[in-house]
Amino acid sequence: MTLLEAEDVRAVYGDGCVRCLETTGDRAGTNQCSRCGSIVACAEIDVSVQRGEVLGVVGESGSGKSSLAELLALERGEATVGGDVRYAGHDGNLLEVDYQTRQALRTGEIALVHQHIRDGLSLEFTGGGNVAEKLLAAGWRSFEDVRARVSELFEATEIPIERMDDPTSTYSGGMQRRVQIARALAVEPELVVLDEPTTGLDVSVQARVLDTFRRIQREHGVAAIVVSHDLGVVRLLADRTVVMRHGRIVEAGLTDRVMEDPHHEYTQTLINSVI
Amino acid sequence: MTEHEQTGLADDASAETATEGGTNDNRQPDRGTPIRAETVDAALDALHGEGMAGYSYAYLDEHTKREVRRATLKAIAIPGHQVPYASRPMPLARGWGTGGIQVSLSVLGPDDTFKVIDQGTDGSVNAANIRRLAEETANVSTTTDTTEADVIQTRHRIPEEVLCDDQLLVLQVPVTDPLRKVDPSDAANRKRHAHRNYGKMWVHLYENVVEWGEINIGASYPTMVAGRYLMSPSPIPRWDTPKLDDADHLSIFAAGREARIYAVPPNTRVKPLAFEDRQFTVERFPDRACHLCGSEDTFLVELSETRDGSDGRFETCYVCNDTSFCEKRHSDPDRPKDHHLDREGVDWGPGTPDVPRTTADDAASERGESG
Repeated sequence: MTLLEAEDVRAVYGDGCVRCLETTGDRAGTNQCSRCGSIVACAEIDVSVQRGEVLGVVGESGSGKSSLAELLALERGEATVGGDVRYAGHDGNLLEVDYQTRQALRTGEIALVHQHIRDGLSLEFTGGGNVAEKLLAAGWRSFEDVRARVSELFEATEIPIERMDDPTSTYSGGMQRRVQIARALAVEPELVVLDEPTTGLDVSVQARVLDTFRRIQREHGVAAIVVSHDLGVVRLLADRTVVMRHGRIVEAGLTDRVMEDPHHEYTQTLINSVI
Repeated sequence: MTEHEQTGLADDASAETATEGGTNDNRQPDRGTPIRAETVDAALDALHGEGMAGYSYAYLDEHTKREVRRATLKAIAIPGHQVPYASRPMPLARGWGTGGIQVSLSVLGPDDTFKVIDQGTDGSVNAANIRRLAEETANVSTTTDTTEADVIQTRHRIPEEVLCDDQLLVLQVPVTDPLRKVDPSDAANRKRHAHRNYGKMWVHLYENVVEWGEINIGASYPTMVAGRYLMSPSPIPRWDTPKLDDADHLSIFAAGREARIYAVPPNTRVKPLAFEDRQFTVERFPDRACHLCGSEDTFLVELSETRDGSDGRFETCYVCNDTSFCEKRHSDPDRPKDHHLDREGVDWGPGTPDVPRTTADDAASERGESG
């Protein structure tokens, strides 16, 4: 059953013009419009996510992965967005809904784990407070319930519970990532968008963060969109994968198929350069 | 010109007259009263009596009063919402009650009785000066008795005696936005107010409970007004916060420095933020009574002072913060807070849920024993 369906979505930074789409993309070899100079971060993108499925998005840096992730997580940036995003159980295009609906979806069904810690967490708040914020925003009003749920999430994401009441700024990078994941999972969303979940972490911590996420994802049947430049991460987590370049999807398919039998020239280079 | 320079009191109207050489014969007469005098003392003498002639009624000009009233009406129409207004420079520093003075002077009329409280007392320099300013410029009578006042301007307290539906309380506010504590960006906070998005404030309360076991915000307790806007009730103690809920009187909160006015109309629901299992509590003074009047059901403050027979040592004692009511209690210790109303048992002021309150009878007998 389809949970999220995006058709022909795009995010453009700049004024944009009629020729933006022709002059950018894989064939043009750039994501900057030669006429007006706007950056077409992503365009002509069709993706869908089934319930409980993990979709991987790979591509080189600047290929539009994060812009796509933010757009699908209903995070409003400075980009001009367009296209059609449907979400199960909601009528209409999510890119056009009012703030209230968007906010309700973002506190309930859709969660985003930001690429940059600072975008996702208030570092001056405690780690527990950051996770509690999601619950409190969703209307939890019993202190003991909030406390119990936060402890539960800390345990599930393997963050030391003794550190729960320390300011988030004192946490290690890996712990901050896991606080973000705990926060994203707090109100049991249906879809989690992870933007570069392991950037800047050393390999062993990466493995633990990914393990934790995979376990929780399987246990609760959460659907996820995992954005990464790291093919290993996507290979480990994703059922299906799309490959992006210059703001366009150049290849899509089952992760195993894309990894073992890449069709597009760029994907072949990408995979050969890693494995 | 030299004459004015010597006195140092060159009034700008007459100075201009001198430089422009009398070309402004059609000048409007209400530009102030030129005072010609040789010495400062002579100038002050000349001011007396004549000096007020150049001022509008209630000090502020009519445009200012209209602007403040307009903002006040809007604030009353949207309970708890901070309405911007054109705050004028006042003859005292911003942060000393300029907002409160502007509202008070805009609503006072010659028939009104005015009371000014500064942290519970009528006698502080600032309170006395504000009272005098209103007395001289707005021709109002002033009082220190809460029950007699029509307009009460207050800094950080709500009187102990119950306010009625014909009274107006003007509270001075230093920091208008309760969310500034959790996010210094006013732009972001305005958005939060617009969307009723108070998650950050709840996190602040959560962390407070984590740290202290209970919500430990001393003054300016964040409060929901009519279920819509989060409001700072100005830095009144938690003790006074419940008095705003379903009150008979109108409360107007004014900040001169931040140029914002907001209001709680009569009979409006005002609910302090709290968890279901961590209730809002007021300050507790276990086993303490005012050492002047013996009250146990008023907001007490700690005093350290040397007293007769203490050989110069400092002794700590507690006194009522509301001096006017303390004086009344002094002569009549059992006077209830609603003594001036025709109904009894008005629920005014705090009930502390987790500490049983001594009943009036117990309190009286205890006082009898100790006294």
